[in-house]
Amino acid sequence: MAGQQRVYKQRIGSTKSMQQIFRAMELIATSRIAKARAAVTASTPYARAITRAVSAVATYSDADHALTTERAEVRRSAVLVVTSDRGMAGAYSASVLREAERLVARLREEGREPVLYVVGRKGIAYYRFRRRDVAQEWSGFSESPSFDDAREIGEALVEQFVRSSSPEDGGEPGVDEIHVVSTSFISMVTQEPQVNRLLPLEVVEGVEPPSADELLPLYDFEPSPEDVLDALLPRYITSRVHNALLQAAASEHAARQRAMKTAGDNAEDLVKMYTRLANQARQAEITQEITEIVGGADALAASSPS
Amino acid sequence: MAALNVELVSAERQVWAGGASQLRVRTTEGDIGVLPGHEPFLAVLVDGEVRIEATEGESLTATIGGGFLSVDHDRAVVVAEDVDVQGAAGSASR
Repeated sequence: MAGQQRVYKQRIGSTKSMQQIFRAMELIATSRIAKARAAVTASTPYARAITRAVSAVATYSDADHALTTERAEVRRSAVLVVTSDRGMAGAYSASVLREAERLVARLREEGREPVLYVVGRKGIAYYRFRRRDVAQEWSGFSESPSFDDAREIGEALVEQFVRSSSPEDGGEPGVDEIHVVSTSFISMVTQEPQVNRLLPLEVVEGVEPPSADELLPLYDFEPSPEDVLDALLPRYITSRVHNALLQAAASEHAARQRAMKTAGDNAEDLVKMYTRLANQARQAEITQEITEIVGGADALAASSPS
Repeated sequence: MAALNVELVSAERQVWAGGASQLRVRTTEGDIGVLPGHEPFLAVLVDGEVRIEATEGESLTATIGGGFLSVDHDRAVVVAEDVDVQGAAGSASR
C-alpha cells in the first residue's frame, strides 16, 4: 500500500522537474522571438531597396535576362524546404514538410522533376528516413540565420538555375525554376507555411508597370542594363532567401514558445492529478490501518473471557 | 536647393539615412558624384569608398565591399553587403 504512494510521489517529482524545463525553454523562446523579429525588421530596408531596383530594371529597360525569362519547357524544379534544427516546436517542421510534400506531388503531376534542397536538421532527417534524394542540405543555423548562410544557399540555387536543365548542354543538369517552402511570420500567434517561387522572377512590387503610350523615365544604367541585372539578381535571391530564413527563425521560436507553454500547462494538470491520487492513496491507507486496529481490538475484546 | 535623400543600407540593417548635398561612390566605370536633381540611375558598385556630404551634422565616409546604387527622384539608395563606417557616425552605428 505504501508502494502506491511512493510511486505517485515519484511521478509528481519528475513531472515538476519537467515542468521547470518547459518553463525555462518557453522563456528562452520568448526572449529570442523579439531578437528574431528585430532581425527581420533590420533586413527589410535591404530587401526593399533590392526589390525596388530589380523592379526598376525589369520595368524600365527591355533587357532580356536569363533570370527573368520563363523557360519554354520546365523539366526540373528546385524546392528549398526551410525547417528547424531542433524539435520541441509543436507542428512547426511537420507543417512545412507537409506543404513541401504537397508541392512535390503537384510538380510531379505537371511532369516536372522536383529537386530537393533542405535547410534544418529536422527536414534532413525526414528525407533521409524516407530514403529520398536531397540535392544539397544545410543545417546548424535555423535559430539565428546570418546573411552569409543565406548567401551560401542563394549562390548554390542561382548556380543550378543558370545551368538550365536542357540535356544538349551536357554535364550535370540544373533546374528551371526555384520554389521556396518556408514559414512566414504573420503574428505571434499565426505562422503559416508558404510556397513562393523565387525564379524565374515575378516581382514588380511598388512600381507601376508603365502603360504603352507612356514614356519611360530615362533610367541610366551603368555599365549596362544586362550587367546591372547580372549583379542584382543573385543579390535579390540571396536577400529573399535571407528574409525567408529570418521569418522561419522567428516562426520557429514562436511555435516553440507555444508548444512549451502547452507542455507546461499539461505538466501542471498532471501534477494536480497525481497529488489528488496520492492523497487518496494516503487516506485509503489510513482508513485501512484504523479498520485493522479496530478489528484487532474487537477480536481481542471478544476473545477475553470477562 | 533640394537635398538628396540618401540611404546607406547593408544586408543586415540600415546604416545611415538622411539628407545630403552630395554623394560620391565608385562604380564599375569609375567614380561618380551624385547631386540633387540627378537623372534616374542604377549602377553596380565595386569595392571602394562611399562619401556622403550630409546637409545636417557630420559627413560620412564608409568602405563598402561591392553593391549597387539607385537614384530616383532625389532618392538615392546605396546598397552593399559589407559596410564599414569611419568617423563619428561609425562608432554609433557599429
